Amino acid sequence: MPERVQKIIIENSDIIIKNWLEIVSEKRQNDYTSSISEELFQSTNREFVNMIFASLEQQGLTKDLEEFSERLVNLGWPLSYLTDGLQTFRRVVIDFVLGQTDKIDTDYFSVILDRVDSWVDPIINKLVNEYSGNWEHTVSLQRVALQELSAPLIPVMRNITIMPLIGTIDTERAKLIMENLLEGVIKHNAEVVLMDITGVPVVDTMVAHHIIQAAEAVRLIGSNCILVGIRPEIAQTIVNLGIDLGKFPTKSSLRKGFETALELTNRKIIRQKDSASAIEEMIESLDKE
Amino acid sequence: MDFKPCVTIRKEWDIVGARQLGRKHAKELGFGTVDQARIATAISELARNIYLYARTGTICFEVIDELDKKGLKIVAKDNGPGIRDISQVMQDGYSTSGGLGAGLPGVKRLMDFFEIRSDSEKGTEIEAIKWLR
Repeated sequence: MPERVQKIIIENSDIIIKNWLEIVSEKRQNDYTSSISEELFQSTNREFVNMIFASLEQQGLTKDLEEFSERLVNLGWPLSYLTDGLQTFRRVVIDFVLGQTDKIDTDYFSVILDRVDSWVDPIINKLVNEYSGNWEHTVSLQRVALQELSAPLIPVMRNITIMPLIGTIDTERAKLIMENLLEGVIKHNAEVVLMDITGVPVVDTMVAHHIIQAAEAVRLIGSNCILVGIRPEIAQTIVNLGIDLGKFPTKSSLRKGFETALELTNRKIIRQKDSASAIEEMIESLDKE
Repeated sequence: MDFKPCVTIRKEWDIVGARQLGRKHAKELGFGTVDQARIATAISELARNIYLYARTGTICFEVIDELDKKGLKIVAKDNGPGIRDISQVMQDGYSTSGGLGAGLPGVKRLMDFFEIRSDSEKGTEIEAIKWLR
């Protein structure tokens, strides 16, 4: 019996494909794929349906299917294109096969359903897996990228390092900040660390708590931590929250913090006399004579 | 104005989603940067409390438009274990999780109106309002 169903389907593949293409094109009018060019849409549809038939003839999933789904993922087509398409395909096939026989008893009906399901379901599973696997991969790559950006330490000058923080600080990142900070202080032999929070959008009690802990840990290994980049609105919320940041120095900007850091390491910036002004002075002195 | 009223808190990153939404609403209502930061921080505290103590809950927003004043109301609701002694958690420096213990009293100071109801069976509901001046 199943072989007969399969035979009917394969023999009439042209009609089934035609029906399917019609329905899919019709459905397209009011949905997500409207931005895709007609040509590409039609050729993809054809390729899609050929793929489905290929998997029936070869009794299993083909390598082409993998390539096809990979390409659609790269093109950024929505997953619902595939699932809707296969759902429609299932309906078209069942309708067609049932239309071929005059008498329909429940046994025959369930055999057809079974046969078509065992054909279409693995394709759906495969495609959904491929898609979600791809997303998971992207997300994990982004997580790694984010982690690499999350707590950089820049040794700007001998004994002075800066840690610029941008974006939200969550528990995981707070841990990284602490680790990188302490490691970096030892590695670069830093006397002063400037923690810049200009880019941190919200400083709540959790973030403040982590900053305080990190600063305290830096103090324990014998360095100074200066918190810089406190914007006026952040300063106000910190005061409102009643957080005590009095244990270590804070500055409004990185520039001011850097000046303090130079003072702490017994250095200062002096302007060098440039050659132009030196010549002017010489001319001036000549004029006087 | 499309107004999305609620955010469900399940993961740590939902806290960020909640406060970004809150900040957006505050901005649309016309709050200044300082008040936006206050509102965002308050949401952050409330959402973090949900995440830490109740695991899941919701943060909802409501625009209050009365005759003489306008404001943003934040409602944080969860079905967690509840707070046994409310007067204790409203003291500065009290924390059961090793934090700073400035969260709830801080929210009260950041906002203009603050009300807390807690029950060991129903969970906790906190309402906070910031008026637009």
